[in-house]
Amino acid sequence: MGLRYVIVGAGVAGIAAAESLRTREPSASVTVVTDDPAGFYSRPGLAYYLSGLIPETQLFPRSPAELRALGLTWVQARANQLDPYAHRLILADGQTLAYDKLLLATGARAALPDFPGSELDGIVTLDSLADTRSIVRRARQGLQAVVVGGGITALEIAEGLNARGCRVHYMLRGARYWANVLDPDESQLVEDHLRATGIILHHHSQIREAIGKRGRLIAVETMAGERIPCALLAVAIGTHPRLDLAQSGRLKLDRGILTDAYLKTSAEDVLAAGDVAQVYNEVTGKATLDTLWATARAHGEAAAATMAGIPTPYRRTVAQNVTLLAGIPTTIIGSVGSGEDADLVAIARGDSETWRMAGSAWVVVDPHPVNRLRLMLGEQTLKGALVMGDQTLSRPLQRLIAANADLTPIRQALLADKSAIAHLIMSFYAEWEQSHADKR
Amino acid sequence: MAFVARSLTLDLIRAEVLATGQVVADSVRCVQCGVCSYNCPIGLDVRAYVWCNAAIEDPRCLTCGQCIARCPRGVLRFAPTDHSRA
Ligand SMILES: Cc1cc2nc3c(=O)[nH]c(=O)nc-3n(C[C@H](O)[C@H](O)[C@H](O)COP(=O)(O)OP(=O)(O)OC[C@H]3O[C@@H](n4cnc5c(N)ncnc54)[C@H](O)[C@@H]3O)c2cc1C
Ligand code: SF4
Ligand code: SF4
Repeated sequence: MGLRYVIVGAGVAGIAAAESLRTREPSASVTVVTDDPAGFYSRPGLAYYLSGLIPETQLFPRSPAELRALGLTWVQARANQLDPYAHRLILADGQTLAYDKLLLATGARAALPDFPGSELDGIVTLDSLADTRSIVRRARQGLQAVVVGGGITALEIAEGLNARGCRVHYMLRGARYWANVLDPDESQLVEDHLRATGIILHHHSQIREAIGKRGRLIAVETMAGERIPCALLAVAIGTHPRLDLAQSGRLKLDRGILTDAYLKTSAEDVLAAGDVAQVYNEVTGKATLDTLWATARAHGEAAAATMAGIPTPYRRTVAQNVTLLAGIPTTIIGSVGSGEDADLVAIARGDSETWRMAGSAWVVVDPHPVNRLRLMLGEQTLKGALVMGDQTLSRPLQRLIAANADLTPIRQALLADKSAIAHLIMSFYAEWEQSHADKR
Repeated sequence: MAFVARSLTLDLIRAEVLATGQVVADSVRCVQCGVCSYNCPIGLDVRAYVWCNAAIEDPRCLTCGQCIARCPRGVLRFAPTDHSRA
């Protein structure tokens, strides 16, 4: 009999692992356990469903027939307990499930608010398809809504509700939006765009209490004593890895499940992948969390190879995310900011801890009014870049940063003439690509 | 929500691409949201190609650029057919 592979979680990490195992071992038993009845869907796509850009049916990258063709055993249940010594999972209905190799791909969940009244009906987070459906159901034309939090998710909720005709108040604890990734001008650009679409911004604003009537939210009160009537309050203050199952098996945990570079946890035959995995980086000696789709997929594929007997480390690439910030296409590559963001208690969605490891680097900004380009220039190489607006440069920059390309030949010129940086990078890249291609 | 077109030069290069190019993907940027497939006028499942990091090789592709323009994450672009796999 072949090995019994069990995967907990049907997000991108779990499905990438399942597909990869199936390709490697066509006749092995692969079981996927998930507590989300909607199965596998694009979690980042939820924001586009919320804003009305795509219908719900578009969220599913695999048709039911394609999933069936994979020949997986699909168990819709919550896995409550892990016994790594007996190589067994216990499901919510008491059933046990034996495994030879187990992958924990349990993802992350939105951090919950802790102000008084946070249990009221009308307070929502955006994690799952069910959450999105519930927000869509509530978001009526003219409804007054408040959004708190930072990062991409808070913005996406604010824009989504606005697109659905709600009157949206976006409350920021600090002086500006996403202060530890964006620079002041970039925050300003995003905030201007939000205002232009009708979203009302409140700075230095924090909720003291959510006020309800017969269990339903009717208003929020700020620390400054302001009262904003609202029937919907969306909270996006960060995420926490879902650790309960790993905890029950006494796995080594920090903020996530600690793994080595091969995604192996402290327990024999148990691996972790995706948002839940805090993966050791051999270069920095630190273990970090990512909440990125592409990283979760790469984890899943590497873990599957290791499970199938071909030890394969997760190969880190430069963390990057491309997204629309208030309608402005924005690519964030490598390390671009530092410090804390008052609007987030933990790492935000679509975020990577490495983006705040900028340390000391020269900052070079192309001062064009709409398109912005920010480079984090190290002694010889580029450490990170942020491209807003025109994306022509984002791919070249991604390649140069990933390859640690030596920028010495244009470094002085970059620092000397800020208006020329786009041109300098483009011509440097063209030559670099050429010599790179020649060497291969 | 207003979408900013990916590239203002899209229309200018379209005619040229029609003859010599195809749509290629940079799949690490993709989050499988399906916006591309939803907007393809002839119903190609662009997203499925992107998952495999493959160029859109379907001969029915009009190289109309809708998928490129609508993708919120700059995954897709036109490239000359010979160098399709970046
Ligand atoms: C609104 C939003 C916007 C985002 N934007 C971006 C973005 O711009 N860019 C980007 O790269 N990423 C973004 N992300 C993050 C991205 O979606 C995640 O990084 C990715 O989905 C992680 O995949 P995963 O497989 O690790 O976990 P998940 O997708 O969270 O899947 C985990 C699965 O495990 C199941 N599960 C958990 N515990 C159990 C249990 N005990 N028993 C059974 N099942 C269990 C859950 O139900 C779920 O199906 C966004 C996410 C959201 C919600
Ligand atoms: S629209 Fe872009 S991000 Fe979305 S599935 Fe298509 S290629 Fe991927
Ligand atoms: S270029 Fe047009 S026809 Fe071709 S895949 Fe994209 S949207 Fe479809």
